Amino acid sequence: MTRGDGFGPLLRAEWTKFRTVPGWVVGTVVAAFLMLLFSFLTAAGNHTAHVGGPGGAGDGSSVDDGSTHATSSLAAHQAPVGPDGETVSDGLFFVHQTLAGDGTVTARLTSLQGTVQTPDGSAGSQSTQGFHVPWIKAGLIVKQNTTQGSAYAAVMATGEHGVRMQYNYTGDTAGRADPLSYPLWLRLERSGATVTGYTSADGQAWTRVATVHIGQLASSVQIGLLVASPGAQRFDQHIGSVSSEGLPSTGTATFDNVSVQGRLTDGAWKGVNIGASPQDGIGFQENAGTFTVTGSGDIAPGTGDIGQSVTRYFEGAFAALTVIVVLAVLFVSTEYRRGLIRTTFTASPRRGRILAAKAVVIGGVAFLTGLVSSTGALLLGKALQTSGSSFAAPFATEARIVVGTAALLAVCAVLGVALGAILRRSAGAVAAVVVLTVLPYILAVAAVLPAAPAQWVLRLTPAAGFAVQQSVVAWPQVDGVYTPAFGFFPLPPWGGLAVLCGWAAVALAVATWLLRRRDV
Amino acid sequence: MSGALRAEWTKLRTVAGPAWLLLSAAVLTVALGALASGAVSCPETGCAVDAAKTSLTGVQLGQAVVAVLAVIVVGGEYSTGMMRTTLAAVPRRERVLLAKAAVVAVPVLVAGAVAVLGSVLAGRYILPGRGLTAANGYRPLSLVDGSTLRAAGGSVLYLALIALLSLGIAMLIRDSAVAVGAVLGLLYLFPVLLTVVTNSHWKRHLRQISPSEAGLAVQNTIGLPGLPLSPWAGLGVLAAWAGGALLVAWLVLRLRDA
Repeated sequence: MTRGDGFGPLLRAEWTKFRTVPGWVVGTVVAAFLMLLFSFLTAAGNHTAHVGGPGGAGDGSSVDDGSTHATSSLAAHQAPVGPDGETVSDGLFFVHQTLAGDGTVTARLTSLQGTVQTPDGSAGSQSTQGFHVPWIKAGLIVKQNTTQGSAYAAVMATGEHGVRMQYNYTGDTAGRADPLSYPLWLRLERSGATVTGYTSADGQAWTRVATVHIGQLASSVQIGLLVASPGAQRFDQHIGSVSSEGLPSTGTATFDNVSVQGRLTDGAWKGVNIGASPQDGIGFQENAGTFTVTGSGDIAPGTGDIGQSVTRYFEGAFAALTVIVVLAVLFVSTEYRRGLIRTTFTASPRRGRILAAKAVVIGGVAFLTGLVSSTGALLLGKALQTSGSSFAAPFATEARIVVGTAALLAVCAVLGVALGAILRRSAGAVAAVVVLTVLPYILAVAAVLPAAPAQWVLRLTPAAGFAVQQSVVAWPQVDGVYTPAFGFFPLPPWGGLAVLCGWAAVALAVATWLLRRRDV
Repeated sequence: MSGALRAEWTKLRTVAGPAWLLLSAAVLTVALGALASGAVSCPETGCAVDAAKTSLTGVQLGQAVVAVLAVIVVGGEYSTGMMRTTLAAVPRRERVLLAKAAVVAVPVLVAGAVAVLGSVLAGRYILPGRGLTAANGYRPLSLVDGSTLRAAGGSVLYLALIALLSLGIAMLIRDSAVAVGAVLGLLYLFPVLLTVVTNSHWKRHLRQISPSEAGLAVQNTIGLPGLPLSPWAGLGVLAAWAGGALLVAWLVLRLRDA
């Protein structure tokens, strides 16, 4: 390939065109600055927020859209962080003894009932006024210690989800799915770092639920009975208004035939209320080998909405995107306005390649700008965040959002180049890209649309790409309304970005076809 | 002044762009409004859907087209050098600004009225089929109803004020692409920011100062006591933005060379 028609010199020519216009270089700095400014604004503008979110944290804290009772006891202390560095819920009543080394605990669960605290202070049954607690939990647990966020594995009966083995907050394996009939037997066997849960209908024939590896367990651990009852939820989403309510609930379970094989060092059972806010009746009684345990809270992954998640530090992407799109469109339309495009096409008659070179240059500039500024936005936001207001995500999620935001800006820049070449009018092209990407997001996420159509908007339009910024997780083992209004996208992060890439690819193809067909 | 007006009107009507933009503003507004009306639903248990606001959702899209129109009326002249001819012909620069404001605002008012009437009409026929029936406490949308009339009339004025705001910003920035980016950023970034700000005081103040959030308060017909601003006060905030932008435009037009 000669020097004249290679792709390298084209790239170099386009890069020279970009870097020698001071206004465009300043534009990338403005984009980065806006990214940091938004991170500052959202970190500073959330100082009374708290962890709760669509699923409601374990103690039934409430989130509502701007009204007065949005602060709960959780805001006063830092939400616990689990073994993997993410925010978790860790609230339960734990009847425990210290187990040195390996051992097994077995118990028969004879009943499990929930009580919802209704707003007027009276207590109702599990389904009072549309509230219910399907994830009420009672069972056996081995936990590293009684501090919040410590490693654990547990086998449990739940309200409406059968017998489960749950571990380290995010792990969840289903056992028997059929409706539970009481009494039922549970057994938890700890052998080093390996914990196995069993269930049985009669205490004779045991079925294994799951075996899990909990690397964090020390030789000496806490073992015993657990009862947890997450906040009862009732949701309401109408056009223009989202409300979620969580009411505290308590669960009461009765165990008998409690036996432990292994070396117990305490000599007696002790009760501890971990995490959950103190309520009437929480505690345990032992009477002739029968344990009646009442607990509240939830031991589960943390749930939060977009306003508490690290995603909020990246909202500046919308502002940066607008600036980058202006640059991308100008990168093409200026050549048309000045007539430079005729020189460009004379020098290199293969027009598709010119467009590709422009897309690579502006896409690369946008990616680098996005990478630097979103890293800065993350660091700034985390430095400014106040305790209790934030929802920690694992490092892998943060890294995905930083790289994903950079990719998002790059793909939008390519879309801008393509539409600039198609329309050849800068104002129309800028408006088209911004309206295609930002407006669907506003309609879907700012709760203008109901949940179902909002999800379709975020599947089909270029706004699907913002899924790459999602940090909250729609956990199946935590009840919540995982809708766009709370920052939950219907597509997985990279899947959503792929939709945006599809739009950019189609626009680029149309632009190439038109460039070849049209006179300049 | 009439000469300046006629000159601006001639420049506007003799190119194809503005007419197409006005037409697409009306069509896109009605189309998105009809889609939003078709997307809501009201179950048997009742709902809190604002029928008028839903049918007028398309204004969120129409405003972008109106902004493009207002921006190119200024940006187009600066990019071609026509602005120097214009200012040579009409040396009283505030007259140029006023004439441009008039020839942009009046056609936008007309197109906006068509768009809003179409949207309300679409809502009137679509919404009852989505469960917004008399049984759920909804009457078919009608301009005879005072609050619906305010939402509809306010939306027309909203579009005109957006055009004036865009005109002022374009006069300040001069470049069409940058000006459109600035206007759309100003309009769309506040709603985006509001999705992640959870502090209720910040939320309230952002709603009060945002040109789009405050201005579109005029579309609300239910739950008015809970709003950070009353409908007309909200439109007043947008009017202040538009007036401020035109004032700055007048200053820079006087003080800067073209």
